[in-house]
Amino acid sequence: MAVKPVKIRGKIKDGVAKIKALMPHPMETGTRRDAKDQVILAHFIEQVVCELNGNITLTAEWGPSVSKDPYFAFKVLDAKPGDTVKITWTDNLGESSSGELTLK
Amino acid sequence: MSGQLSRRRLMQGVMSFLALSAIPMQLFARAKVAFEATEKDIVYKELFGDLPIVESADIKMKIPDIAENGAVVPITISTDIEGVKSIFVIIDSNPNPLSASFHMSPSSPADISVRIKMGKSSLVRAMVKTSDKVYMTSKEVKVTIGGCGG
Repeated sequence: MAVKPVKIRGKIKDGVAKIKALMPHPMETGTRRDAKDQVILAHFIEQVVCELNGNITLTAEWGPSVSKDPYFAFKVLDAKPGDTVKITWTDNLGESSSGELTLK
Repeated sequence: MSGQLSRRRLMQGVMSFLALSAIPMQLFARAKVAFEATEKDIVYKELFGDLPIVESADIKMKIPDIAENGAVVPITISTDIEGVKSIFVIIDSNPNPLSASFHMSPSSPADISVRIKMGKSSLVRAMVKTSDKVYMTSKEVKVTIGGCGG
């Protein structure tokens, strides 16, 4: 299954950037069953790394109980127009994807 | 004893493997035990050790009282408490209570939003860890349709 890039939107207000990210991902818990009553294997984002201009500003660890296609919003202090925000996720199967945004 | 793996050789291999695997693990040591725990108390012990846990009105948790769809429950946690290291979302009645954790840096204020799944109605806890204390606030959320199974 092809991984999709992280979609990021951001807005700076009074030096604080509010970042919103959408990460297309099935986030399977490993407890669901398909039509043939076979367990659908767990497949979820384990880790999210958020960087501002290449410096890690926030990391997150998730379990399978984060919703499908996770939405994640956070803030970054001292953000200026031209700064880049990068968000990278890694899932329990070793897949990963990222997205980048240059703040305006 | 050529051809046979000596104890020393084995240990060298094991040690170098540990050294290699320890590099990325240190940066992102996943709290595996805490995430896989089925009891809230084990989660507490893994994440907080002996730190005291106190109820606090200084944590703002925004989450609906009634979640119509347990598969998508929006939650926002913010606080003005100084020196926040991590924020944790714990859902008491889920198969694995620990849902998500966020590790802050000086450039990221304690203010995050995410969407979580809830299997059934449960107490939801927002826990904020500083260097010497754990602050907690909680709220009972009713779920009409569960989001953790099929």
